[in-house]
Amino acid sequence: MAQEWKVLSQSQLMLRRFKAHRLGMLGFFVLAFLYLLVIFAPFIAPTDYLVQRRDYTNCPPTKLHWRDADGRFSLRPFVYGMQRSRDPITLEVRWEEDTSRKYPVYFLVRGHSYKFLGFQCDLHLFGVDADSGGQLFLFGTDRFGRDLFARTLYGGRVTLSVGVFGILLSFLIGTAMGSISGYYGGRVDNAIQRFIELLRSFPRIPLWLALSVMLPPNWSSVKVYFGVVTILAFLDWTSLARVVRGQFLNLREKEFVEAARALGAGDRSIIFRHILPNIVSYLVVTATLSFPGMIMGESTISFLGLGIKEPMTSWGLLLRDAQSMDVMRMQPWLMIPGIFIVVSVLAFNFMGDALRDAFDPFATGA
Amino acid sequence: MARYILRRLAIMVPMMVLISILCFAVIKLQPGDFTTQYLTDPRVTPEMVAQIRARLGLDQPAPLQYWTWVKGILTRGDFGYSFAYKRPVQELIWERLGWTVVVAGATMLFSWVVAIPIGIYSATHKYSFLDYFLTFIGFIGVSIPSFFLALVLMYLSLRLGGTAVGGLFSQQYIGAPWTWAKFVDLLKHLWIPLIAIGLSGTAGLIRLMRANLLDVLQAQYVVTARAKGLSERVVIYKHAVRNAINPLISLLGMQLPELISGTIVTSIVLNLPTMGPFFYDALINGDQYLVMTFLMFSAFLMLLGNLIADILLAWSDPRIRFE
Repeated sequence: MAQEWKVLSQSQLMLRRFKAHRLGMLGFFVLAFLYLLVIFAPFIAPTDYLVQRRDYTNCPPTKLHWRDADGRFSLRPFVYGMQRSRDPITLEVRWEEDTSRKYPVYFLVRGHSYKFLGFQCDLHLFGVDADSGGQLFLFGTDRFGRDLFARTLYGGRVTLSVGVFGILLSFLIGTAMGSISGYYGGRVDNAIQRFIELLRSFPRIPLWLALSVMLPPNWSSVKVYFGVVTILAFLDWTSLARVVRGQFLNLREKEFVEAARALGAGDRSIIFRHILPNIVSYLVVTATLSFPGMIMGESTISFLGLGIKEPMTSWGLLLRDAQSMDVMRMQPWLMIPGIFIVVSVLAFNFMGDALRDAFDPFATGA
Repeated sequence: MARYILRRLAIMVPMMVLISILCFAVIKLQPGDFTTQYLTDPRVTPEMVAQIRARLGLDQPAPLQYWTWVKGILTRGDFGYSFAYKRPVQELIWERLGWTVVVAGATMLFSWVVAIPIGIYSATHKYSFLDYFLTFIGFIGVSIPSFFLALVLMYLSLRLGGTAVGGLFSQQYIGAPWTWAKFVDLLKHLWIPLIAIGLSGTAGLIRLMRANLLDVLQAQYVVTARAKGLSERVVIYKHAVRNAINPLISLLGMQLPELISGTIVTSIVLNLPTMGPFFYDALINGDQYLVMTFLMFSAFLMLLGNLIADILLAWSDPRIRFE
């Protein structure tokens, strides 16, 4: 039997090693799912995340039913109307399902209109008939009666994109500083290294908080958003700069760089065409592993009320409502956004680990 | 050794100067100052605000304010005056340092006592079910923000009928003299902050311990020890673990400052009497000397932690020499 041989390129080997890492693949799919979820948030969310409903404040999640009170089964899930009442003694608000009102859940329904990619649109992935008076709150509502499911999706837009923009910015600074430091050495290197040491001699959290107080209170939420991105990037780039510098110190002495120089290549061409391509894999791994820090940073700052501000929202800011013990007793569903933080950070950690293993040039093919 | 320590301490001096400048710059770049809160108060006229500003020295140019502050520290050990508490800053920080160190220290103890045995177990039982399980818990520990973990633990504790949630003591023990019952009450409260603050560090320690021990177990001297016919227990604990633990010891010095900053957010959630909530309030109020001193203090702890880490490493590993 003829043995078939296949020559795999380095990148094919990497892909193969990455695919063999089961947790890494899981992380990748979870993240793809989460990002799709938040990108298509207006389409997926059945309700408007900003609309306040005075009759539905602090409403618990509406349960999806397949079997009604009489035991009849229907393939199409439905929800019951929610009935609010007060306990006559403790005056506590109680919510009960009103089994006389049934609202089936449809796929692709018309609801509130929104703008997506410049198109005016009112189609939603699922929901109840808007004119029937039924309400669908998968994660319940907050104290203003806003739908927490929609808010979680929109909050994810902020939290997950802060990571992307923050890392882009952090990379720009980190790679630039690291390359300059490592390539030129000498006095420039020394100054940059001392500055990095200065930044790193502060514990992260107090400095995060102190810097976020610098954002003026009269800024719009969009400006504050980019302010938060800048703060996170400003404290994140140092570790990357160190890695890049080390790689530059190592690679600039290598024969291929000398050869390039002998051929008359300028500094710019050596940095961008000869050295940087060699460390791209490090950069990708570091980027993936910096996401968790960014997400946690944004959540922490916003949770303490120093970050993202209304009407924008983020997972950290949503959790701010879940702080008191009364809320925990009465409205535990307000903690749901926290699960999204944990899942996304976990997924990034898994994927980062898998990428690191996959990019290791000394690993043997899986 | 003594010369090395002295040299390191000498390098810390210019570093602290830079740190103090950065702290001051961070404060001065904030919009408004302590008197901003009076501007919206209808009972306070703008003239009075100007008077308060002058009295607090906030109307002086920034470099002069900085110089006055530094001069006070160097000549009188005076770190400034808290506008909100109307007391010297160092007194206020000193008062809260106690509980901060107790909480951070207990967390550190907890994480080491838990992490080292688990790390050893995971390495010696590589790829067993428990190893996978603990690794998974470790991943979650690293991935959960401390404030959310605190919320979840509070929720679970409430759900299971617990009452010892939030704070460090129950109502009746606050201000009471120390008794056995009070101590037990403290322990009942302390476990939530311990886990909330310590879990991510513990998870990191477990991973490091496992990886180090796995590396060491490959070493030739371990093979030799086994070949000599030593019992597995002696091979692991006398030969391998000792060497695997060395790199971790350098972490000891770095952990305390990190834990102190880790207590900030958790303390705000759990309402603990540490420096966290105190620093947060000072930040919001623009109580500038308090914020500056706290930031500087935490940076100083970091530098000191670095030094202690290096010294500990040299002490525990005779192969390391100072030039």
